[in-house]
Amino acid sequence: MKKNLLALLSILMIASFAIVACGGAATEAPAMTEAPAATEAPAATEAPAAADKVEVFSWWTGGGEAAGLAAMQTVFSAAYPNIEFINAAVAGGAGTNARAVLATRLQAGDPPDSWQGHAGQELIGTYVAGGQIEPLNDLYAAEGWLDVMPKTLIPLISNDGNIYSVPVNIHRANVLWYNPSVLSANGVEVPTTMDEWFAAMDTLKAAGVQPLALGEQWTKMHLMETVLLGTLGADAYNGLWDGTTDWASPEVKAALDNYAKVLTYANSDSSSLSWQDAAQLVINGDAAFNVMGDWAEGYFRELGKTPKTDYGWAPTPGSSGVFQFLSDSFVLAVGAPHPDGAMAWLKIAGSKEGQEAFNPVKGSICARTDCDKSLFGEYLQSAMDDWSSNVVVGSLTHGVVANDSWKTEIDTALGLFIADGNVDGFQAALVAACASSGPCK
Amino acid sequence: MFRDKDRFLNILLISPSILAILIFVYAFIGWSVRVSLSKWKGLTADYTWNGIKNYLDLFADPRFHVDIRNTLIFTGVFVFGSILLGFTLAVMLDQGLKGEGFFRSLFLFPMAISYIVTGVVWRWLMNPAAGSRTSGLNLLFTNMGLDSLVNKWHTTPTWGIAAIALAAIWQMSGYTMALYLAGLRAIPEDLKEAARIDGASEVQIYRHIMLPLLSPVTLSALIILGHMSLKVFDLIVAVAGKQLPLDVPAIYMWQITFDGLFYGRGAAVGILLLISIAVLIIPYIRYTLKTEAEQ
Repeated sequence: MKKNLLALLSILMIASFAIVACGGAATEAPAMTEAPAATEAPAATEAPAAADKVEVFSWWTGGGEAAGLAAMQTVFSAAYPNIEFINAAVAGGAGTNARAVLATRLQAGDPPDSWQGHAGQELIGTYVAGGQIEPLNDLYAAEGWLDVMPKTLIPLISNDGNIYSVPVNIHRANVLWYNPSVLSANGVEVPTTMDEWFAAMDTLKAAGVQPLALGEQWTKMHLMETVLLGTLGADAYNGLWDGTTDWASPEVKAALDNYAKVLTYANSDSSSLSWQDAAQLVINGDAAFNVMGDWAEGYFRELGKTPKTDYGWAPTPGSSGVFQFLSDSFVLAVGAPHPDGAMAWLKIAGSKEGQEAFNPVKGSICARTDCDKSLFGEYLQSAMDDWSSNVVVGSLTHGVVANDSWKTEIDTALGLFIADGNVDGFQAALVAACASSGPCK
Repeated sequence: MFRDKDRFLNILLISPSILAILIFVYAFIGWSVRVSLSKWKGLTADYTWNGIKNYLDLFADPRFHVDIRNTLIFTGVFVFGSILLGFTLAVMLDQGLKGEGFFRSLFLFPMAISYIVTGVVWRWLMNPAAGSRTSGLNLLFTNMGLDSLVNKWHTTPTWGIAAIALAAIWQMSGYTMALYLAGLRAIPEDLKEAARIDGASEVQIYRHIMLPLLSPVTLSALIILGHMSLKVFDLIVAVAGKQLPLDVPAIYMWQITFDGLFYGRGAAVGILLLISIAVLIIPYIRYTLKTEAEQ
């Protein structure tokens, strides 16, 4: 009996190995047949054709992002009909999967020619530190991009004077969304300073209205960066990230106190809400204010809402005249297999035509300041005005000002603070985070 | 002569899997230990010797303290709840009621669902919203007039993780029931009859005969549920995402390694998880092997 069982088990095991082996053979087989065809075809048409390709890696696989990429690819193919565009997009997890795949390919010495990343320290801290991307100063000079992109943007996407990526789109982080009818019903004006905001929220609270809609932890970090900006101002806020503003200073303490106070106006079930849930509270009139990036506008439109009647917007309190940005950008790999194709792609990514094709579809604005405004909706037009006239600062939550390690440490400190409410402990943890992963010594 | 040949064949047959396990399990454990003793931070590998600093940092890290507290609460509630509920269901099914097969499948069904699905469903059920937006179980309680039961579920400070354990109990108590049911069926009827003749009440029979005879089942259940709860990850992420009040070592490991690029510290968390599970599993495996050898 026992022997039979053993025999059965071994047969099963052999069978499973056989299946695995067959599986391997099955996937190999087409490669065997295809390989000669693939190498022969270009060789037959033109000899140096091997270079006429570009592999572009991104996590734009759905919705407006994929449609925008396809639109930009059309522009690319029209400009460079001889270069084959290989779309190496990886789906899932807002880029988490794609980044894991990319890390594996980079470690194996098999980089794509160009890949997507949040402009700023997220890219610089990871790939410049690893010697994996090339500076693009010459490209910027040759294409004249320095003249068409905001002056205050360039230092935020550079490291030691070298620019490392081409921003394709721009989103704004410091937007205060509000429900106009809830505000007017309670006689509240749109606040422009932190104090006005607190006063407005006190009035709303007294009237039994939920003043602020907030979501899960990352939306709390998003709120925190806008409060830091609103309290400290653009210069001191920038200083936090280059080491010139002391995290232990009383000014930062005041900003964190403000943040702690703002949190007291938020809904108690925030940690169970996504950003969409929180934004929807404002649209439905269940809450008055929400702080979220301007992708929220795309969501409001999806819900069939009308700008200015169903939702209004303003810079977050204390940040008028400042544009806190985040951006998807493309880089040039060190040792790119097709450097010519990669440069051609980056030229399109930074061009007026490329950005005008991508952004109206994605629901963001151009990184260039010379795009045709008539292509965009009402909110985006106002954002374009601000983008070309405001001081530009970077977002923390979305990878501009801090590298990944630093951001993760800030996120941990924030999570502990939300649990225990201890502002001094929070500040001490932020000081420590800046010393261990940021520029502070 | 024949036996030697037999033996050779046996070893030959299992060698591919032994080789695979050596490489993909033990070699990688060794590599993780090495990484956990390095200064590796960032995308490029850095094996600079760092001693046990990563481990010391972890023990001083307030977030890791939250993780340990959460793991203890989760394990306690989940293991105790599943065993209690599983045992009760098994005893009830063992009474020979009609439609036993139906109920058995009914209670076992949740186990067929992935933790992600369970998490999404319980995320709706345990919606902590108040006022006009009340929904899920809280709405049910309100409508039934059981306002005292309305609570903030997983958003409760400190004890929120216990709400996640409820979902896990829902999922795994059917499995525990199956374990106990098999155990109950294996107890010879004569023992119970003998006890009844001696005048023992039903409660006494369970207390003094069934439970002691079921102790191997309880041990198995403890081990299986215990190591699952130490590794819990997907259920929490599905219910609440990455939020610190519900942090556990597995989530910390994931976030610190792949979001924060602290490979050294992430590997240290992984090794600590491995050790804590090994402490639970290894004595059990030794015990099982010993009893099997005795039989």
